Amino acid sequence: MPRPAPLYSAEMRAKPVASIDAAVARRIADKARVIRRASLTMIHAARQGHPGGDLSVADILATLYFGVLRYDAARPLDPERDRFVLSKGHCTGALYATLAEAGYFDPGLLETYMAPLSRLNGHPNRNYLPGIETNTGPLGHGMPVAVGMAVSGQIDGSDRRVFVVTGDGELQEGSNWEAAMFAGHRKLANLTLIIDRNGLQQGARTEDTNTLEPLADKFAAFGWQVETVDGHDHAGLLAVLGAPVGDRTRPLCVIARTHKGQGVSYMIDQASWHHGVPNDAQFAQAMKELS
Amino acid sequence: MAAPQTAAGLFDCRDSYVRTLEALAEQDHRIVAVVNDSVGSSKLGAFGKRWPNRLINVGIAEQNMVGVGAGLANGGKVPFVSGASCFLTGRALEQIKADVAYSNVNVKFAGISSGVAYGELGPTHHSIEDFAWLRVLPNIAIIAPSDPWETTEAVKAAVAHDGPVFLRLSRMGVPALERPENARFRIGKAETLVEGRDAAIIANGVMVARAVEAARLLVRDGIRARVVNMASIAPLDIEAILSAAETGAVVTAEEHSVRGGLGSAVAEVIATHTPCPMRILGFPGFAPTGSATWLLDHFGLNATGIAEAVLQIRRKT
Repeated sequence: MPRPAPLYSAEMRAKPVASIDAAVARRIADKARVIRRASLTMIHAARQGHPGGDLSVADILATLYFGVLRYDAARPLDPERDRFVLSKGHCTGALYATLAEAGYFDPGLLETYMAPLSRLNGHPNRNYLPGIETNTGPLGHGMPVAVGMAVSGQIDGSDRRVFVVTGDGELQEGSNWEAAMFAGHRKLANLTLIIDRNGLQQGARTEDTNTLEPLADKFAAFGWQVETVDGHDHAGLLAVLGAPVGDRTRPLCVIARTHKGQGVSYMIDQASWHHGVPNDAQFAQAMKELS
Repeated sequence: MAAPQTAAGLFDCRDSYVRTLEALAEQDHRIVAVVNDSVGSSKLGAFGKRWPNRLINVGIAEQNMVGVGAGLANGGKVPFVSGASCFLTGRALEQIKADVAYSNVNVKFAGISSGVAYGELGPTHHSIEDFAWLRVLPNIAIIAPSDPWETTEAVKAAVAHDGPVFLRLSRMGVPALERPENARFRIGKAETLVEGRDAAIIANGVMVARAVEAARLLVRDGIRARVVNMASIAPLDIEAILSAAETGAVVTAEEHSVRGGLGSAVAEVIATHTPCPMRILGFPGFAPTGSATWLLDHFGLNATGIAEAVLQIRRKT
């Protein structure tokens, strides 16, 4: 099982962002392409999945796993590992592809995605696969759990960090705001929330369904530092996510502006591809566009 | 560890809970407490004074409280997530299901003031549905201790157990039950407090003392009723239930709805393996206002009510 060399070690984390090698960003771009191709291959084979969200979060996952997170896939329960929680648990296509690429399990397992008795459930299960911290699926669950992880690190005086990705529509769940309020109150500087802000929920635009904006102001009002970035720009993501906590005393909210279906021309910004399945011709076209 | 007695010689099991928790926390630094503004009702003030950074008060936010508990367990802590049982189990049920039971992480819950402890406050504050809501969830042990000793033992067992545990604690005064010197508490094991072969009364929580009293009343009618303390409603002691069914008359008594709780759990076993006449005693629906003891008496959840249920079965058979 091939395991990539760590790209962003603890030593590197202490360095200023400017010193990040451009080769790292290029490597992340390669990984993002692999993740996109694997996600769509899994969905095409399983005849189900959530391609729109998988493609919108792929660059965020590639940046985290191949540029930011401190982990050793051979020791998935190392107490000092950084924690990652995918709160938008339906995007397992991208998550499983990422974990396989990071060396947590054999990429061959991806072929079993959502098959009967597969360990690759439609939503992630920590008891089935290494590298998964908590079972998500119902929306609005990742943030509170991530906050608990961050409090745990705070109590221990550890420098381990916690990263959680939510969708944007997901923020309509009230539990997120309970957690956001408490993270601000506890000044959880070790916690980073990344919002996959693709603007679409299952059936419509978020702003036509239940207005989220002004999102940055909301998090700022809850005591967070807020950064808005292009969620498909690896160097930009790396600069914000990979920067050391330093003197920051507040939790960090990164609003990653993304496109649902990014990378596949006929899927981009189309709500209908939230859980659409490409036919053979569409799949072939997608693979061509992602080559 | 002696708990303070109330005026009537009764004990508040919350005292045993916090004293045991503090004693264990002194040795075991993994133990933390998570509360929803319920420091007072959970009696965790002293814990917080002693270990300010180990008492995490999330404010009035039960969903976040349970998620935070799961996150703390992920960080290697042993969190005791304590709050009024009605809100903890009702408001945060999906978090209990997904973040704790399904994820199967080492979170301990203390459902405080369960049952009708908040009698006068009405059904919004009663927690007579919690057994039903939690009993269907795999992985989580559910324990309703009957007195101070059992509460202490249950807290110790919860820490020793690697996995989710729900402790259903009351604030109603209960007597300390008589037990043999070598009594031992084990999760998933029932305890026979009174021997008997004419009928069996299966109870837990605050109803156990009342069941023991019912057995005493029945002696006058020449009936030797067994009293089984089914403190663990999950996992369930199947053998104890099958043995109880051999008496030919089983009565269950719980401070819970008659639907989905201890009675239902026992009935599932009896109906499947050894059908026998049964009575399920509990609350028929939303309870009216009244003190906890008044409500229990009003719905026949007392010694005479339990004894009468035993007699009814025996008259019919």
